Amino acid sequence: MIHLDIDKKLHGSNGEMSLEIQLDIQEGEFIALSGKSGSGKTTLLRILAGLEDSSGIIKVSNDFWQNGKTKISTQKRKIGFVFQDYALFENMSVLENLLYVNNDKELALKLLEMTEISELKERLPNKLSGGQKQRVSLCRAMMNKPKLLLMDEPLSALDPSMRTKLQSEILKLHKEFKTTTIMVSHDPSEIYRLASRVLVLSQGKIVNDGTPKDVLLKTSGSAKFAFEGELLDIVKVDVINVAIVSIGQQLVEVVVSDSELENLKIGDVISVSTKAFSPIIKSLG
Amino acid sequence: MIETLQTLNYEPFILSFKLAAVTTLILFILSIPLAWWLSQTSSKTKPFFEAITALPIVLPPSVLGFYILVALSQNSPIGVFFEDMFGVKLIFNFTGLVVASCFYSLPFMVQPLQGGFESINKNMLEASYCAGKSKFETILKVALPNMKPALLTALIVTFAHTVGEFGVVLMVGGSIPGETKVASVAIYEMVEIMDYSSAHIYSGLMVLLSFIVLLSVYIFNAKHTKRIGIR
Repeated sequence: MIHLDIDKKLHGSNGEMSLEIQLDIQEGEFIALSGKSGSGKTTLLRILAGLEDSSGIIKVSNDFWQNGKTKISTQKRKIGFVFQDYALFENMSVLENLLYVNNDKELALKLLEMTEISELKERLPNKLSGGQKQRVSLCRAMMNKPKLLLMDEPLSALDPSMRTKLQSEILKLHKEFKTTTIMVSHDPSEIYRLASRVLVLSQGKIVNDGTPKDVLLKTSGSAKFAFEGELLDIVKVDVINVAIVSIGQQLVEVVVSDSELENLKIGDVISVSTKAFSPIIKSLG
Repeated sequence: MIETLQTLNYEPFILSFKLAAVTTLILFILSIPLAWWLSQTSSKTKPFFEAITALPIVLPPSVLGFYILVALSQNSPIGVFFEDMFGVKLIFNFTGLVVASCFYSLPFMVQPLQGGFESINKNMLEASYCAGKSKFETILKVALPNMKPALLTALIVTFAHTVGEFGVVLMVGGSIPGETKVASVAIYEMVEIMDYSSAHIYSGLMVLLSFIVLLSVYIFNAKHTKRIGIR
């Protein structure tokens, strides 16, 4: 339903590179866009929004948003954009922010209700917390019933518990409105919960495209349980070596043999896995 | 003293403020597109336009006045055009003063506005474009309301600067009572004919009014900064 074939020269931190994307997106898909910083994720979103120039084709349903150098303006594309820094209109109350986009009070109140911020509707943005601001921003993006919702790391400035809450609200909105969505995200759990498809970008090219399960699960070969982490330190305790590894938000200790030690140095990105035994899962809640 | 105040001719003051008000209004309307363009463009010609805009700050008013005089006189193409088309003379009358003041005070309007536009979060403007709003509507409803201190600074400083004009006004307008004799020119003439008591009153009034205007700008900006908690 969305057909994309674009390229653009970028002057990234690693010198010149070209962003070359060929992509077909089905209606209602929720796509997570992942990849290192500088790989072109934000630029891709901005090209889709018409905020940045490129050459190539963007076709949505039967309309050309861009055909070669001719393109229709951002204003005519009917998109919703959620920025990492919220970008709310500071001079307008929460409700006014929504109504500015589209003077549909019923829809505005419904969206505020769905994201549980109805009671904040008269407040100015500077009187809101980060999580509240991002909900307003999300509601605002939905106000013009966009054909395409673009989110640029919408939750990365929020703390983990607020993130989880907002993820479920994003999911709720997606189920209700079935908006085709592209979200830039680095958080695997977020991608797994929300997305139906993951694209991994590297140096301006799509290097991986599949379901979150295929792309994100790091197990390979016969390993059943594997994590990626950073080797922080190696401590010698009596006759054994203990590696201190940072995995996610936690530090763990792993015993390593002398032969394994030879291939490791502090600061390496490593994988910790177990083969023979099944790990034990216990609820902490 | 009281008697002098009562018999004083306030016409030059009224003229000064009328000139300042008209100039500020015209410049405000003309400067918004220019300041907006300067704040958003990445064109290579930007420094060129910025330099031109800033010229009146560094040029002696007499230089500016001289060129305006040459450009607008009845012997110049522009002067002839306006005379033939609209029957308006552009020098030695109030219209000429307004034109000259607009050139002279341009940077004082454009620079704060440009700074204000530049201080606005670009994403905020883009969010407005994504919402389908034109640039015009975005400037009016999103950009300008979010840069009130810059807006006030631009308006007040332009107004005050026009009131304080002397050299350009003298060269382009001369000193025709009720037409081009503004307060600053009147003071100059009083000193020349050694009417020091009137000069004192005029000058004192100028100092007082200017101080009150500037003080209220700073008070407003301090309050505004506190209220919205930025900058």
